[in-house]
Amino acid sequence: MNETTLIGLFIAVLEFGTLLYLAALGETIAEKSGVLNLGVEGMMAVGGVTAFWAGVETGNPWVALLVGVIAGAVFSALHGIVSVVLGADQVVSGLALTIGGLGLAAFIGQDLVVEPPGARFEATNLGPLSDIPWIGEIVFSQTAVAWIALLLGIITWLVLTRTRLGLILRAVGESASAADSSGTSVVKTRMIAVMIGGALAGMSGAYLTLALAPGWSEGTTAGRGWIAVALVIFGAWQPGRVGVGALLFGGLLALEPRLQTFGVEISPILLSMLPYLLTIAVLVLLSIRSRNRPSVAPAAIGSAYRREDR
Amino acid sequence: MIRTMQRLMALLAVFTAFTLFAAACGSDASTDTGTSGADDSTEADTGDADETDDTDDAMEDDAAGDGGDVKAAFIMVAPIGDAGWNFMHNEGRLGAEAATGVETAYVDSVAEGGADFDNAVQQFIDDGFNVIFTTSFGYMDATEKFAAENPDVVFEHISGFKMNDTNFGNAFGRMYQPRYIAGMAAGAATETNKIGYVAAFPIPEVIRGINAFTLGAQAVNPDAVVEVNWTSTWFDPGVEGNAAQTLIDAGADVLTMHQDSTATGEVATAAGATFIGYHSDMSAQVDSYLTAPVWDWTGYYTDIINSVKDGSFAPAAYWGGIADGLVDISIPDSSPVAGEMKDVREQIVNGDFDVFEGAIFDQDGNQITDADGNLVVDLSDPFGNAIGAVGDAMNDGILLGMGFFVQGVIGSVEG
Repeated sequence: MNETTLIGLFIAVLEFGTLLYLAALGETIAEKSGVLNLGVEGMMAVGGVTAFWAGVETGNPWVALLVGVIAGAVFSALHGIVSVVLGADQVVSGLALTIGGLGLAAFIGQDLVVEPPGARFEATNLGPLSDIPWIGEIVFSQTAVAWIALLLGIITWLVLTRTRLGLILRAVGESASAADSSGTSVVKTRMIAVMIGGALAGMSGAYLTLALAPGWSEGTTAGRGWIAVALVIFGAWQPGRVGVGALLFGGLLALEPRLQTFGVEISPILLSMLPYLLTIAVLVLLSIRSRNRPSVAPAAIGSAYRREDR
Repeated sequence: MIRTMQRLMALLAVFTAFTLFAAACGSDASTDTGTSGADDSTEADTGDADETDDTDDAMEDDAAGDGGDVKAAFIMVAPIGDAGWNFMHNEGRLGAEAATGVETAYVDSVAEGGADFDNAVQQFIDDGFNVIFTTSFGYMDATEKFAAENPDVVFEHISGFKMNDTNFGNAFGRMYQPRYIAGMAAGAATETNKIGYVAAFPIPEVIRGINAFTLGAQAVNPDAVVEVNWTSTWFDPGVEGNAAQTLIDAGADVLTMHQDSTATGEVATAAGATFIGYHSDMSAQVDSYLTAPVWDWTGYYTDIINSVKDGSFAPAAYWGGIADGLVDISIPDSSPVAGEMKDVREQIVNGDFDVFEGAIFDQDGNQITDADGNLVVDLSDPFGNAIGAVGDAMNDGILLGMGFFVQGVIGSVEG
């Protein structure tokens, strides 16, 4: 272990953290409105493949990122229509989104497998900031997408906790009928939240195929959408805590290959189980804590809202 | 009004479900493409066949008249679009289809050791396919069972070791030969004298490739070492790229891999390092690409299908090398050792040179074989089975069970 390998580790922590945070932040917004979306993995794949395709076609990473974001949002609208508008089971619809999304992405990407990346996000050079030892290399050389993720995290936190919009979103997620009776459109609010979630999952997928591992192959998301779903619970539905969790889980992903060069003998398979084990541990802690206090989970999560059923 | 809305929504739900279903079947649709492709190539073949060999054609026609039509099916473990192992098998399938004119079909993403595999094989048998290639190690036992139950169908299993006397053979490639030559290119290209090797699982196939690569690197650069990083996955670009970056951080300036994606190459390009690929020519995808040991299954598939056509099929354990055209490597003229690489390739083809000949030491400096290539220690494979005793010559059995790293490899065979 020397300076180069340590700096490399921290760079990778932030890279994987960015990937997980974008998807988990989107899922946090959707779940805050009371909609569980298990389709993160599928939305990431759709966002990833469309962004990669747009990169090949245009050569512009920003256009590619935008295409991935829009594709994720449009694709997530399926989940919104099925589970929010029609009131179908959120778990079934979300799982269908994952399975369907992986299939759709594979179908779209059939001819992209042998394509070299047309566009990618490079490390940014912030001049003197990037020249600072350690911090400059680790923090101020990240791609622009990492900064966007940080910015979106702060905005989400501000909106959720400090604005009327956030209050409405949380109200819909806590008690849809109460929100409805106060004149809020539950369906509209939830649809928007689900589509923002899809947009961010799409951005996460685009970050994967344009920056973290440039290229497209079927299965390239490799289960990271599920880590993002677990991350939301781990972070107790709070953008800040989810961010800390993203760094922790991203750190585990970054550590896997590096432990070998550091000479630590831990099976990488055990390491890849850790995010899920930690999530279960947090669930246990949360349920113990919430015996005397209200649960931190949005109360209406997973249940469809129909006015007539009130 | 409400009723109309509900009907509209129900319609929308059905449409959505259908869309999702159709999307999920995306990869199945490619099976049809594979089958229909046979028609095109048959047409193309009749055009070409006149120019080639009339006697061959006559023979084939006779055989077809006697034994009915030959149809070849392929079962693959992962999507053919992965640019790696399965991609090259599909290339071989298409090549054999064009060369023989027989109808072929495939299914991909078939799990090992499950009902999926049984269903796929049974479906092909029911549809009249009489040559079935199963292209993943874990299909071995199930293939053996099907071969016993279906004596009229020829089964060929890739990368395993089981067979029978009538209708079940196996095949694999001596990938260690081009790996050695790739190692020479790496040894000449490195300036830090450290080469990074991103590898999937510590099994004999992978270990053998790492050893051959390292021997090749040290043949042209005795100071070169090869650092291995295990990923515990055949395919995960995120993990592979992460492992590649780890090796770059550890000082490697040349990277190679035993994986199914080009992620290692992407990292090498970004880091200004040199990339040596695997499976297929990756020059179009990776800017830092130097060369790659590659598969070409066309000849083997063509031979098997033709032997079934003319009734001469006999099961064998086929381990093809560069001389057979099953594996190869293109020699990059830009390499300072291009001449030596060409010589070694020539010697391997002629049988004048063997990668694991002469004295070999393990990574701790213990001698494994003497100058004549005979074992000076007992050897076992990674699973603890004995594969060789003192005095044995370095033979295929030892190569197929190889469980130690040679001198110059940094890393653990424990994974």
